[in-house]
Amino acid sequence: MDYSGSDTVVGPASADLLPDTVTTAVKVVIVGGFGVGKTTLVGAVSEIRPLTTEETMTQAGVGVDDPTGVERKTSTTVAMDFGRISISDKLVLYVFGTPGQERFWFLWNGLFEGALGAVVLVDTRRLEVSFEVIGRLEDRGVPFVVAVNGFPEAPSYPLDELRQALDLPSEVPIVACDARSRESSRNTLMALMHYLYELAAPPAG
Amino acid sequence: MTADQGGWDGPEPDRLYVITRGRSGPSGPGVFDLVTLIVSLAEPTPAMQPEHAAILRLCRSPLSVAEVSAYLELPTSVVTVLLADLLDDGRIEARAAVPAAELPDRALLEAVIHGLQRL
Ligand SMILES: Nc1nc2c(ncn2[C@@H]2O[C@H](COP(=O)(O)OP(=O)(O)O)[C@@H](O)[C@H]2O)c(=O)[nH]1
Ligand SMILES: [Mg+2]
Repeated sequence: MDYSGSDTVVGPASADLLPDTVTTAVKVVIVGGFGVGKTTLVGAVSEIRPLTTEETMTQAGVGVDDPTGVERKTSTTVAMDFGRISISDKLVLYVFGTPGQERFWFLWNGLFEGALGAVVLVDTRRLEVSFEVIGRLEDRGVPFVVAVNGFPEAPSYPLDELRQALDLPSEVPIVACDARSRESSRNTLMALMHYLYELAAPPAG
Repeated sequence: MTADQGGWDGPEPDRLYVITRGRSGPSGPGVFDLVTLIVSLAEPTPAMQPEHAAILRLCRSPLSVAEVSAYLELPTSVVTVLLADLLDDGRIEARAAVPAAELPDRALLEAVIHGLQRL
């Protein structure tokens, strides 16, 4: 890409510009296995066309010195989708979708740092990824809710059976979700916010 | 290409290396979060590295680091190096995200709940 011209980088559409009054941004993370509906959910709630950002993972210990003396490192790049919801004229919420498989956990450092919390999106056809993700979030102390995305051909279990199957602590909310629906996706985020509210200490004084 | 499919789909490593002049971004949490909001404080000048100029143009309205990365089609690790240059030179303002490891307070969560209700 060439950045030298004034209009070589296509920025946000004018309707997508944030007002200068916005001072604070917060984020939540949607995490789950392949094809579980992360991108769909992000798109359903986002006020902007979902965007993609890349993260690089520099492979540890594989720096090579080439004859020019320039050190090269090999790196892997993984893309993440995200969307945005303006909360008020001061506050904006970003929603990131990230894959749950262990080989993508290198993304989690920058992502969960400072995140309000997470939504674990579960496909009942493939619970294994959810196990890994839930364990990992618990280890990191990231508060989360579980959302079960209902696919037509997927086995349908009562939510309390799934809670048992996933070995979820009783306080962790589990909700049904249709990621294609804005309202359902919004309600899923809302369930997370209500849960976080319960966890948060009441204001001092 | 999405993460789920894996693989390389971005600019070649050599080009990225040139853009940052070989510097790499902080590996741990640094000054910039993905949702740190960047606002330009200066106009681009012809002498500037094109990527720096592009960031100043993009951030005339507040834009998160993740959005800057998406619009520039550059990895966030590269973008944060460029942003650090601009911050050092006083050409951008960085509106820091809510501090990590601090439980969000109820007022903030109430505001978010309120905003989501209107969605
Ligand atoms: N029936 C049903 N299909 C869904 C739902 N969410 C996503 N899908 C479909 O599942 C496929 C994969 O979704 P996608 O969002 O790309 O999954 P990702 O890999 O987690 O980002 C797409 O074809 C979606 O239309 C849902 O809640 N219900
Ligand atoms: Mg996806």
